[in-house]
Amino acid sequence: METELIKEVVPRILEWQISTVVKVRQETERVKTYTLALPKWIPHRAGQHYDVRLTAPDGYQTQRSYSIASSPEKKGEIDLTVERLEEGEVSTYLHDVLIVGDQVELRGPIGGYFVWEASMGGPLLLVAGGSGIVPLMAMIRHRIMVDSKIPIRLLYSSRTYEDIIYREELEQLSNDSSGLEVFHTLTRLQPQSWAGYQRRIDLKMLEEVALPLGNELKAYICGPTALVEDVANGLVALGIPASQIRTERFGPTGVP
Amino acid sequence: MSSAFLSRGFLGKHRQDGPPDRVPPGQYITHDFPVLSAGPTPRTPLERWSFEINGLVRQPVRWSWADFLRLPSRHYTVDIHCVTKWSKLDTQWEGVSVDTLLESVEVDPNAHFVIAFCDGGYTTNMPLKEIVEGNAFVGYQYNDAPLAPEHGGPARLVVPALYFWKSAKWVRGLTVIEKDKSGFWESLGYNNHGDPWKEERYHGD
Repeated sequence: METELIKEVVPRILEWQISTVVKVRQETERVKTYTLALPKWIPHRAGQHYDVRLTAPDGYQTQRSYSIASSPEKKGEIDLTVERLEEGEVSTYLHDVLIVGDQVELRGPIGGYFVWEASMGGPLLLVAGGSGIVPLMAMIRHRIMVDSKIPIRLLYSSRTYEDIIYREELEQLSNDSSGLEVFHTLTRLQPQSWAGYQRRIDLKMLEEVALPLGNELKAYICGPTALVEDVANGLVALGIPASQIRTERFGPTGVP
Repeated sequence: MSSAFLSRGFLGKHRQDGPPDRVPPGQYITHDFPVLSAGPTPRTPLERWSFEINGLVRQPVRWSWADFLRLPSRHYTVDIHCVTKWSKLDTQWEGVSVDTLLESVEVDPNAHFVIAFCDGGYTTNMPLKEIVEGNAFVGYQYNDAPLAPEHGGPARLVVPALYFWKSAKWVRGLTVIEKDKSGFWESLGYNNHGDPWKEERYHGD
């Protein structure tokens, strides 16, 4: 992490605003994407997040952060992809209560390090565990929208085939001539004739997926702590300089 | 802080949060110890580890790991608050008070701020007066065991009164300075000060 290399962002005051739900999409059994129209939309950088704040009639409030899934090129609205956590206070509300037409208070975009834009170059190695795919999907979508030719490899660990978020879109993009290569690993259960990986990400898998990109690659890793630790340590062991590896972890509830 | 907006159908039925005088606004209690960091976990061998106080001091001072462990330590029980909204109450640490460390140097009267610097290049800034008088320590034991690398081991700065990004992991020293200067997250949109009770999360809060 070299602070000197980071572009100083122009400080901007983050104001709360009231967005409107314009679309809800069921991604997997436990994951939904909410498209929110923002009265004061601000272009984000792929990888950033918004803070959502809920307010009860008695004034009680609670907040959580959710990564933006949409590319900055999609103006006026953002997609937040949210996994329903059984014990979660905000994700259960979003999943069980929120419908099209409802309003959500939020502020953002937030975060200036776990970000990528085409001008930062590549090649890119994206490694996701579970819903850690969300900020990385924003990077993939951004890369497609600006028609960049930067090579991207995504290594994505899910429990089962049905748990793969954005599965069809990823399939389609990797079949196009977009230059996106997707490597899935399914850690719990695999469909018959599954040709992908079927174990937790290990050094051998990283070697196979990462090394063809060369030592100049920029890595973005997002997922549960154990996955992020293993992958970041593994990449360092493979000779990737730590300054080229950026990580983002789930909070307490991101158990794989 | 307050807003007229109500979230339709939200009652906050899950609130099981701790005593209000210990849980700052917008925070929720976790019993876990989440890990957040921007890059790979640095691993400096203890024989190459040192802790340094430099900058506006008459004579910079530097301790090896063995010397550092010989400094008088204390047990601390503190509440910690992360800007990502979780708080954890009654965390148990052992470490060396910043007051003890500063006793070894003569601080220039013009010094008003410090920058903590770390393995991996992380930095964070804070007013000098907020880390003295028992308000901050360099912790190396957590729950009676050596502090794990992913939580900042071998040693991390702990400043319980500020959001936890100020409690720099893998800390290797403090630079005492006259004029304030932004650290890593402080130059990436996060608040320069970071008082959880004032909800100073981001720039302008």
